[in-house]
Amino acid sequence: MTQQPASPKIRVRELSVGYGVEPVQKSVSFDVKAGSIFAIMGASGTGKSTILRAMIGLLRPSAGDICFDDVNYWSLSAAKREQGGRRFGMLFQGGALWSSMSAAQNVALPLQMFTKLTAASIDALVQVKLSLVGLDSGRDSMPSTLSGGMRQRVGLARALSLDPEILFLDEPSAGLDPISAKRFDDLICELRDGFGVTVVMVSHELPSLFGICDDGVFLDAKTKTAIGHGAPLSLRDHCRDPTVHAFMTRTIPGAENAKSAGAADGTG
Amino acid sequence: MAQSPSGTGWATQIHDGDLVLVLSQDWTEANFNAADLAATQALLAQGTWKSIRFDSTGIGPWGSSLLAFLSALRGLARLQHIRFDESGLPAPARQLIRLIPEVVPPMLTAQRRVGAIARLGQSVLDAWAEMLSTTSLLGQVLLRTCAALRGQARMRMADLWNGLSEAGVAALPVVALVNVLVGGIMAFVGAIELRRFGADIYIANLVGVAEVREMAPIMTAIVMSGRTGSAYAAEIATMQGTEELDALRVIGIGAEDYLVLPRVIALSFMMPMLNLYAAAIGIFGGFCVAIVMLHISAQTFLEQIGAAVSFGEVVLGIVKSIAFGAWIAIAACRIGLRAGRSSSDVGHAATTASVAGIVGVIVLDALFAVCANSLNI
Repeated sequence: MTQQPASPKIRVRELSVGYGVEPVQKSVSFDVKAGSIFAIMGASGTGKSTILRAMIGLLRPSAGDICFDDVNYWSLSAAKREQGGRRFGMLFQGGALWSSMSAAQNVALPLQMFTKLTAASIDALVQVKLSLVGLDSGRDSMPSTLSGGMRQRVGLARALSLDPEILFLDEPSAGLDPISAKRFDDLICELRDGFGVTVVMVSHELPSLFGICDDGVFLDAKTKTAIGHGAPLSLRDHCRDPTVHAFMTRTIPGAENAKSAGAADGTG
Repeated sequence: MAQSPSGTGWATQIHDGDLVLVLSQDWTEANFNAADLAATQALLAQGTWKSIRFDSTGIGPWGSSLLAFLSALRGLARLQHIRFDESGLPAPARQLIRLIPEVVPPMLTAQRRVGAIARLGQSVLDAWAEMLSTTSLLGQVLLRTCAALRGQARMRMADLWNGLSEAGVAALPVVALVNVLVGGIMAFVGAIELRRFGADIYIANLVGVAEVREMAPIMTAIVMSGRTGSAYAAEIATMQGTEELDALRVIGIGAEDYLVLPRVIALSFMMPMLNLYAAAIGIFGGFCVAIVMLHISAQTFLEQIGAAVSFGEVVLGIVKSIAFGAWIAIAACRIGLRAGRSSSDVGHAATTASVAGIVGVIVLDALFAVCANSLNI
C-alpha cells in the first residue's frame, strides 16, 4: 500500500443509532484506515448492520458523526450524500440482486445510470467485473437460477461496478460452504490489494474475521457500545473482556469457570 | 513504421520487434472507450511482434477499465501468438488480471429457434395444462370446503375472519362510491329518453331491474377483482418468492387448505352481501336523480320499484355474485400459486389476476344471461 497520511479514510465519533427512542448502539467511535479490511463484530442482534446502514446513508444516526475523508457525511445535503454514495459499493446480505434482471444487467445498471459510456464499453466492463469474481460464464443467468454463493459473487461484482473507494459487505460469507467462504475471503483480499479499496465488513464468521480482517471494532449488546478495538486476532489473544473473549474463542460466557469448577468437583 | 497508434491513455513504441504500450493518464471508468479495443486489434494484426510489453511509469489512477483493456489485449495477443509480457504493469493490476480467465469466452447465446407451428402447439398445450390445473384447483377447493364445513380443513379461523373483513367491511366505501354513481348515471341517461315518451315513472323499473340483475353484481365484481383479486395473487406470489409456500408444504400444510380455502370462502360469502348492499346503494343513486330531475315522489318511486323487481331477479343477482366471488378468488389464487420467484413476477401475477377476474366475470355473466333467459327469470 502507498503511504497514507495520518487522517483515516472513515472516522466514526460518538455514533448512536436506533430505530425508535431506544438506541441500538450508542457512543461508538472508531477509525478505518485507507486500504484496510475493517470488521464490525458482535453477536447477532447487536446492531452491526444498523451501524453499517448509517454508514452507507440508509439510516440517519440519532447522534454522532461519520466522516469520510474528513467530510461529515450526514451534514451534507441529500443530493450531495447521494453523489458521495457512488464512491461506495455495498454487498447486501444474500446479494439483494434485482430479481427481474440477469447477472450482467445487475452489474450494468449502475454503469448505465451514472456514466456516459457506450453500450460496448459497458459490456466490456461488466465482462471484466464478472470474470474478476469468477462468474464469466454465468452472465445471462437470472438471480433465481443462481446458487447462494454465485448470487453473492454477482452482488460483489455489482458493488464493484462503479470502481468504489469503499466497499461495504454485510455478512459476506454467511450461508456459504467453507470452501466457497474461503474463496470469497481470498477474493476480497485480492480486490483490496488490486484496487486498493477500503473494506468495511459486518461479520460473525470467525474464520473470515481471523483470516482477512486487519482491524475492527467489537459491539456489545448489553452495554450497547463498542467494547473492543483492534484486529480480530489480537482481540482473541489479548482482549481481557469476557464477552469478547467468549465470542472470539467460541465459548459460552462464564462456561469456562463452571467447567473448571465442575472439573474440580469431579476430581474432589 | 512511422506512425505510432494511440488511444485514450495509451501510446505505442517499438523496441527490438516488441510492441511497447506506454500507459499514461487516468484509467478511470468514465474515460473508458471500447472503441480503443478495435484500434489495438488492428495494431496487433498489422505487425509481426514477438511480444507486447508495457510501460506504466506514467500511469495515473486506474480501475477496472484498465483491466478490461488488458484482458481484451491479452486475448487478442493469444490469438496472434504474441507473448503477453505483463511485467511492466503495476503490481496490483498484475494480480487482478490473473483473476480473469485467460481466454474470455465468446458470448454464444444458444437460442433455439422455434417455428411458428411449434409455438402454436406449445401454447395450446400450455392452455390445456392451465385449464386442467385450474379445474383441479376448483375441485380441490370444493372438496376442501366440504371438509372445512366438517371442521377438518387445515385452515385457521383467524385467516378466514381476516379475509371476511378484508373482502367485506373494508370494501364497503369503494363499492358504495362506484354503485351510487352507476345508479345515478343510469337514471340520468334513462330520464332524458323516458321523458320524451312521458314514461317518467318507468325510471324506477329501469334502475331497479338493471341494478338488481346486472349492474350491482358486475360492478361489485369488477371492483373486487381489481381490489381483492390482485391482492390475493400478489400476496401468494410474494410467498412463492420467499419460499414461504415451500415451508408450508414441508410441514404438510397444503396451500389449497391454508391459503386458497379461506380466500375463496371469504370472497364467495362476502360477494352476495356486497351485491345486496351495492344494489341498494345503486337504487338510492337512481332515486336521487329521479327525484331531482323528474320530480317523482319518493313513495311512487318505491312502490313502482317494488312492483318491478321480482324475487327471482334478486336471487339471480345473489347467485351470480357468489359465482363471481368464487371465480375471482380461485383465479387469483391459481395465478399467485404458479407465479415465478422474481419481483416482476409478483407484479405480473397481480395484473393477470385482475384482468382474468374481470374477463371471467363478464363471460360468466353472459352464461347467466342465457340460463336466466331459458328459465324465464
